[in-house]
Amino acid sequence: MAQDLKPSISSFSLPKTLKLKTKQQELLIRVATLALIYILAFITRLFSVLRYESMIHEFDPYFNYRTTLFLTRNGFAEFWNWFDSESWYPLGRIIGGTLYPGLMLTAAAIHSLLRFLRLFVHIREVCVLTAPFFASNTTLVAYFFAKEVWDSGAGIVAAALIAICPGYISRSVAGSYDNEGVAIFALLLTFYLFVKAVNTGSLAWALGSAFGYFYMVSAWGGYVFIINLVPLYVLVLLVTGRYSLRLYVAYNCMYVLGMLLAMQIRFVGFQHVQSGEHMAAMGVFFLLQVFFFLDWVRHLLSDTKLFQAFLKITVTTAVTVGAVALGLGMASGYISPWTGRFYSLLDPTYAKDHIPIIASVSEHQPTAWSSFMFDFHILLFLFPAGLYFCFKRLSDATIFLVMYGLTSMYFAGVMVRLILVATPAVCLISAIAVSATVKNLTRVVRAKSPAVQSGSTKGTSSAKGSSKGVIDNSQPFQRNGAIVLLLGAFYLLSRYAIHCTWVTSEAYSSPSIVLAARGAHGQRVIFDDYREAYFWLRQNTPPDAKVMSWWDYGYQITAMGNRTVIVDNNTWNNTHIATVGRAMSSYEDEAYEIMRSLDVDYVLVVFGGVTGYSSDDINKFLWMVRIGGGVFPVIKEPDYLVNGEYRVDKGAAPKMLNCLMYKLSYYRFGELTTEYGRPPGYDRARGVEIGNKDIKLEYLEEALTTQNWIVRIYKVKPPKNRW
Amino acid sequence: MARSSSKDAQDLFRALWSAYAATPTNLKIIDLYVMFAVFTALIQVVYMALVGSFPFNSFLSGVLSCVGTAVLAVCLRIQVNKENKEFKDLAPERAFADFVLCNLVLHLVIMNFLG
Repeated sequence: MAQDLKPSISSFSLPKTLKLKTKQQELLIRVATLALIYILAFITRLFSVLRYESMIHEFDPYFNYRTTLFLTRNGFAEFWNWFDSESWYPLGRIIGGTLYPGLMLTAAAIHSLLRFLRLFVHIREVCVLTAPFFASNTTLVAYFFAKEVWDSGAGIVAAALIAICPGYISRSVAGSYDNEGVAIFALLLTFYLFVKAVNTGSLAWALGSAFGYFYMVSAWGGYVFIINLVPLYVLVLLVTGRYSLRLYVAYNCMYVLGMLLAMQIRFVGFQHVQSGEHMAAMGVFFLLQVFFFLDWVRHLLSDTKLFQAFLKITVTTAVTVGAVALGLGMASGYISPWTGRFYSLLDPTYAKDHIPIIASVSEHQPTAWSSFMFDFHILLFLFPAGLYFCFKRLSDATIFLVMYGLTSMYFAGVMVRLILVATPAVCLISAIAVSATVKNLTRVVRAKSPAVQSGSTKGTSSAKGSSKGVIDNSQPFQRNGAIVLLLGAFYLLSRYAIHCTWVTSEAYSSPSIVLAARGAHGQRVIFDDYREAYFWLRQNTPPDAKVMSWWDYGYQITAMGNRTVIVDNNTWNNTHIATVGRAMSSYEDEAYEIMRSLDVDYVLVVFGGVTGYSSDDINKFLWMVRIGGGVFPVIKEPDYLVNGEYRVDKGAAPKMLNCLMYKLSYYRFGELTTEYGRPPGYDRARGVEIGNKDIKLEYLEEALTTQNWIVRIYKVKPPKNRW
Repeated sequence: MARSSSKDAQDLFRALWSAYAATPTNLKIIDLYVMFAVFTALIQVVYMALVGSFPFNSFLSGVLSCVGTAVLAVCLRIQVNKENKEFKDLAPERAFADFVLCNLVLHLVIMNFLG
């Protein structure tokens, strides 16, 4: 990996052996480096395929995979009108109207392109490799973006940094077939094209940016970030007096066309004119019209006094009309207020207090410092340095980059998963820092031989403002100091590359559907219980069986087990999830009533007591209680706690020891010795001996316990004969 | 007071009009086009207020068609205006081609959205 960073630096110190002109040499090296980075970005994401196999990871990707499969088999029209009766029983789900289709359409398009080229690959392979492929494309966009903002040297560094940045890899390894994989590409593309449009004032670039926005909207709900950041940027330019006609052309064309294109996605629909989150863009659109009109009138009028009068009238009218329109819209409910998710972004504590279902997801937690360090490594302190360089050479483009960096850093601090959005900005800004520093240093180093220096510096940096830093050779230690600093920079960058590779291979390549652990002798132990259980469901249960589980496993059960589920990861109906939470936290007889009313045939729980797998249902149980209790006040959290403490051993609350989840997880567990020297019924995930070893099930019977007890499936017994 | 302000307004419009008269004819034509589009949009909004917005996508596509046309025409006007030094390098032919392309996209999408 370290070798691949080298060319990006060596492009500043060109080899003199080649008999090409300096410009050609530079171009050759640049293209070769970019090609290497392109390949590198792809192959570094293949660790998961090497370690495990070519498989879809985690939870949401299974839904995406299932819909893509449906799309390739049944065609677009069927897909668009698909009513899925296998999820959210008995409600069902209108798939076409409730998903972002960009990812599925992309994968299906790649698949049909490959088939057209007579490469007959399974759609699963396409899905597995979609995210790495788009990550490669993102490096190219990052190159062009940084080139537009700074210069081509910064572009290459940016491409190299983003290719292996863990913050991005975490969401784009092979198999992580999720919206974010293509969305980051779309996000960066939109921003790049928009900055290009602002710089050139060309309608064509603005149109391209509108299309980039369209792709982003079709791929991920994170498009809201774009539709708020861009107006904010325009506003900042207006306030700082950097308004220009180029900005007017770029923003208006992008906004009108982008909004119209976005409305074609059914899941987004009319939100651009109706929801509070999108109103900022519209407000700025009108503001820009007023501003333009005033500017034009001022241009026409030579008399300043007349213009002042005119200004007063127009501004008053515009403000009044805008305020009245906004007030009417809000009061009549035509403009919907901000959603909970949006609030929870602005105020990190909002979700915790109001929406347990959002707070329960681990990737929605506020970010810890360690994960910033883990995901960004040296970029974390290169970022402020890059900001310094951006401020030093302020232009429309660098202002955009600075705003993107600062806002996304704030959001990354609010929510772990949004580190992903911040990653491109951090990489770009850090790249500027690295590039500018290295360039200054090499100039010092090469100052001894002025003839070579003047030629090659022009080549690498496209001579933007490089004439300013002419170095005088009077300071003797300057050259040595520069060499030491260069070596230091090289050392840091190679540490970064090593760190990234290590993180990718160790932390981010786990599919989380197949678990790996180290055995007693250091060998790798694979737990493939999930797939065992889902395959069992597929083979041994009636096709119309309904499976109840906590919502995390819903997508996997429908995709791999091909059975109907009560709730799944698309958490649109809180009440339905709360019903399941209530069933899980009630006594068995009460739960049986609920399950009968939902036609449940099988109950699936995930249990880590034997293997020490900590993200199992017992550890998630308090969230079930909270979400259930949020809708059904019969369920009270304190009933399951002892002095505010969550326990499963002898001292646990009686309700806890007899609720359905406890019984299903620990059924027959009291007979099992899990660890040498421990009493039977020792729970390795929580490190205690369980409190209720004599569990009798009256209304359910055990149907399957997988090899390592990770998944346990119970059959709901039919009602007893009355007489 | 009222009289003086109305006189001010008169002065203002007279000054504006005389300044505007010097605009080249091709720009004036674009201005007319923009005015037409804006008025069509206003008529649709008034109609919506009277009759109701039921096929909301139709209403939106109608208004956005007009707004889009107007905005794009203003962009074209900016780009072909000789006085704007920012766009000196941009040939009017190129500006017009961009304008046609954007309009094409706009109205194809409108047709899809019209329902």
